[in-house]
Amino acid sequence: MGMTMTQKILAAHAGLDHVEAGQLIEADLDLVLGNDITSPVAIHEMDKMKVNSVFDKEKIALVMDHFIPNKDIKSAEHCKCVREFACHHDITNYFDVGEMGIEHALLPEKGLTVAGDVIIGADSHTCTYGALGAFSTGIGSTDMAAGMVTGKAWFKVPAAIRFHITGKPKKWVSGKDVILHIIGMIGVDGALYKSMEFVGDGIRYLSMDDRFTIANMAIEAGGKNGIFPVDEQTEAYMKAHSRRPYRVYDADEDAVYDAEYTIDLSTLEPTIAFPHLPENTKTISEISGDVVIDQVVIGSCTNGRIDDLRTAAEILKGHKVKKGVRCIVIPATQGIYLQAMEEGLLKTFIEAGAVISTPTCGPCLGGYMGILAAGERCISTTNRNFVGRMGHVDSEVYLASPAVAAASAVTGRISAPEELGL
Amino acid sequence: MQAKGSVFKYGDNVDTDVIIPARYLNSSDPAELAIHCMEDIDKDFVNNVKKGDIIVADKNFGCGSSREHAPIAIKAAGVSCVIAETFARIFYRNAINIGLPIIECPEASKGIQAGDEVEVDFDSGMIYDRTRGTEYKGQAFPEFMQKIIRAGGLVNYINEKN
Repeated sequence: MGMTMTQKILAAHAGLDHVEAGQLIEADLDLVLGNDITSPVAIHEMDKMKVNSVFDKEKIALVMDHFIPNKDIKSAEHCKCVREFACHHDITNYFDVGEMGIEHALLPEKGLTVAGDVIIGADSHTCTYGALGAFSTGIGSTDMAAGMVTGKAWFKVPAAIRFHITGKPKKWVSGKDVILHIIGMIGVDGALYKSMEFVGDGIRYLSMDDRFTIANMAIEAGGKNGIFPVDEQTEAYMKAHSRRPYRVYDADEDAVYDAEYTIDLSTLEPTIAFPHLPENTKTISEISGDVVIDQVVIGSCTNGRIDDLRTAAEILKGHKVKKGVRCIVIPATQGIYLQAMEEGLLKTFIEAGAVISTPTCGPCLGGYMGILAAGERCISTTNRNFVGRMGHVDSEVYLASPAVAAASAVTGRISAPEELGL
Repeated sequence: MQAKGSVFKYGDNVDTDVIIPARYLNSSDPAELAIHCMEDIDKDFVNNVKKGDIIVADKNFGCGSSREHAPIAIKAAGVSCVIAETFARIFYRNAINIGLPIIECPEASKGIQAGDEVEVDFDSGMIYDRTRGTEYKGQAFPEFMQKIIRAGGLVNYINEKN
């Protein structure tokens, strides 16, 4: 029986010729990731271990990104704890204010994640690096602690669902619309415990940033990981960002899949997830009546990359954010921030009446920098719209692409870019 | 090892944001997290929960964020076991790693109602609804996970190996 991309990567990291779905294995890790919320818990767990040294100081990444620059004293204590740990263990890839970015945008940009890697991260959106052809998955703080000490983690080898991506997307249809469409189709537990493998000739029309967005939200379908094959775009990205060697694993022709779907990109429309689950999707033309909004967030590990900001700026250029709407733009990394500045995107945002924030996860999870009051609605390029996710339990989050979010900022209600004559 | 208590019942897709809202994640103290457990889905939970009580839910319990604070908050609130039709995978791992017993059992998740007195035998995987006189066979853990649970969590398991 053949193996999927994911199974091949896991087999290679477990020193096995072959693995199959359901098998429990112990795999070597190429990178262990934590942030300012999950790392303090991991550090506390590590303190309880007999061995209190890290397996490889080069293969641990600690990114302060959720509540930083610190929003309050408790957050400051958390970051201090991680900072001291990083200093004590001489962790090479520790990213603090000034160098940091949202972890899942930062690590590929810094070249720390490449094809063929096995990566665990104490953050559910660690699945993002599957865009590069890596196996990466979210775990909790105790697994992170064990990973930092042993350099290994146990996995149950996942079964897989294959998505054949065909066709060319229409203007204003992005990776976000692809993944929201898929989650709407299979549900928030449609890929529970499974790999989501994306293949097909339509992938060439998806930029790396589109692919990061798609892999990022595999978790929103319950997936263990999302993964793309490596093509010329992937190789160009890795060569531009990383000096690490990468390894390409293609699925065997006789690999087994629990289910297969075909997604014709040319048929997709801008798609929005209504409260309070990412599976509650509607295409823009299915929305009846005005959905008036109070806030727009363009950013996050899902959609805070340069392509996302370019799209938002293209729409906002020459327009004004509707009076009474707050539009918050958050470049995901310092590098993206700088690039957006050099390209004049930040000028466009400010002239439109948007505010630009330092990189932070902040509002996505209701931390800070854009909390909603009772009864308020936000259209957001983030990844979750659960009850209370961005603030008050009676607030609402609508998930959408940067194009729809930017157009909605101008009209004050959920809108397609075409409404602005674009 | 056994659990015994009255049941708090919830539906599908109970996410980690409602189990412990992110606005409280500036703390990692179990007792502090427990005060806010289930706050955004059931404000009365923390006032009514007693040591040993059991949560029963439908599918995909614990979906969303990887925050280990979620099972930590549930355990620190006094809950002895969570029974669900299915669990989100990161929550599943985290619960085992921190020693919060969880059992997947679709039949029990349908049959058991809020307020029922329930007993769970982790060794056999049997679930007894004493209020209704019904019993269910939950899914046993694979041997590998049983070793972690017997050791009292992943940290102890690693300590035993070294």
